[in-house]
Amino acid sequence: MIDKLRQPANALRSVYVRELAAYFLTPLAYVFIAIFLIALGAFTFEIGRFFDTNQADLSPFFLFHPWLYLIFLPAVAMRLWADETRGGTLELLLTLPAPTWSIVLGKFLAAWTVALAALILTTPMWMSVTWLGHPDHAAIALAYVVSFLMAGGYLAIACAMSAVSANQVVAFVLSVAVGFVFTAAGLPVVASGVGATFGPSAAEALASFSLLTHFESAQHGVLEARALVFYIGFIGLFLTLNTIWIGARKGG
Amino acid sequence: MEVLKVDSLVKSFGSRRAVKGVSFSVAKGETVAFLGPNGAGKSTTLRMIAGYLEPDAGDAITNGASILSDRTRAQLSLGYLAEGAPLYLDLSVKDFLGFLARTHGLTRPSAKIAIDRVSSDAGVTNVLSQPIETLSKGYRRRVALAGALVHDPPLLILDEPTDGLDPNQKFSMRALIARMSADKAILISTHQLDEVEAMCSRAVLIDRGEIVADATPDALKAKVPSGSLEEAFHLLTKGERAA
Repeated sequence: MIDKLRQPANALRSVYVRELAAYFLTPLAYVFIAIFLIALGAFTFEIGRFFDTNQADLSPFFLFHPWLYLIFLPAVAMRLWADETRGGTLELLLTLPAPTWSIVLGKFLAAWTVALAALILTTPMWMSVTWLGHPDHAAIALAYVVSFLMAGGYLAIACAMSAVSANQVVAFVLSVAVGFVFTAAGLPVVASGVGATFGPSAAEALASFSLLTHFESAQHGVLEARALVFYIGFIGLFLTLNTIWIGARKGG
Repeated sequence: MEVLKVDSLVKSFGSRRAVKGVSFSVAKGETVAFLGPNGAGKSTTLRMIAGYLEPDAGDAITNGASILSDRTRAQLSLGYLAEGAPLYLDLSVKDFLGFLARTHGLTRPSAKIAIDRVSSDAGVTNVLSQPIETLSKGYRRRVALAGALVHDPPLLILDEPTDGLDPNQKFSMRALIARMSADKAILISTHQLDEVEAMCSRAVLIDRGEIVADATPDALKAKVPSGSLEEAFHLLTKGERAA
C-alpha cells in the first residue's frame, strides 16, 4: 500500500513545488495578493463601514470574502490546466509515472497555498480589532478556518473549469459563472423566490448547496460539522470532476 | 531481451480508425525506426505506448508492465520525447530536469547525479542555469531528450526528435542517440530516411493504421530494384496509389 502511494506522492510533491514556484517566482501571486488585500480593505472599510459598527469584531471583513473569492480565485487557478493544454505540456504531464489525481491535487494545493498566503496577510485586521476592543478570538479563528475551506471550494471549481478549456479567459468566465451559482443559492432573495415557488424545504435544500450558507454560521462563531463536511466534499467533488475531465483527454 | 511489446493496439477517433491492430516489439540494444506517411498513426501509437492515449483495444508492455493494468510501473520504465518536445519554458534547464527527476521518485542526491549525467550526455551542461525560453530549438530538443533520460529508462520513445533542426543539430542529436543505443531499446518515429539508414537496426512501417513492413533497412531496400529506401517506403506505403 505504502509502495503504491509513493509514486503518487512523488508526483504530487513535485507538481506542487513546480506550481508554487510558477506563482511566486513570477509577479502572478504578488499581484493577486496585493489586489485582493486592497479590494478587501476597500470593501471592509468603505462598504462594510467597519468603524461605524462600533463593535470589536470582523463581521464587515468576513462578509465580503465569498464575493472576492468568486472573482479573484478563478484568476489564480485559470492558468493551471489551460496553460498546459495551450503550451502542449499536458502530454508531458500525463505521461509522467503518476495517476492523474495526484497531479490534479498537486496543482490545487499550490493554488490553495496562494489563497492561504493572502488570508494570512489579512491578519493585521485581527490585530487591529484586538487593539480596539475585546473580540471573540475563537469566533474569528473559526471564521478564518472556514474562509480558507471556502476558498478551497472556489479554487476547486476554477481548477475543474480550467480543465474544460484551453483558453484562460473562457476558464475564468466559466469559473465565475459556476461559482456564482453556488454562492447565489444561499442568498435570501433566491431562497425566498424558490421558497415561494417550490416551498420552504426546496429553498432550504438549495441553500444547503451554497458556499455562502455554510460560511455564515462560522462567522457567528458556530462550528458546524456539516459545514466542514460540505466544504471538504465540495472540494473533493470538483477535484474529482477535474480528474475525470483531464483523464477524458486520454480517450482522444 | 524484449523491452517493449506492442500487442494489437487499436485506436479510433470518432468514426475514423487511426490505428488498426498494430503489433511489434523492440529489444534491448535495438534502435527501431517507426516510419510512415503523415497521418499513418505513428504518433497515436507512440502516445498509446507512453500512456497519453488509452487504446480502444490491445496493450503495450514495457519492461514487463502493461500500460493498461500497471501504468505507473510501465511509465517509470520509459522515457518519452513527445512530438514538438514540450517543455516548461519558464523553468531553467536544471529546475526542469529536477522536476522530472523528483517526479520519477529520485531522491535529492540521486537527482543531482542524474542531472549531471544527462546534461553531460545531452550536451546541455553549459545552459543548465538558463531559462528554457531563452534556448535555441536545438538546445530545447536536447533538454527534452535529457528529460526523457533523467530516470535512466530501459526504453526510449522519440517522436520526430530531429524535426526542425538544422544539419549540425541533427548530426549531434543522431550521435547522441547512437551513443545510448547499446544499453537501451529505442523507438524513433521519423520522416528522415537517411536517419533510418544511419542509426536504426530495424524499421517498422505503418500505413493507414496498419503495419506494412517490419525488417532491417537493407531488407527493405532489397524490395525495390533501385535499392533505395525512399523508393521502398513509397512502394510499401502505397504512395503511388495515394498520389
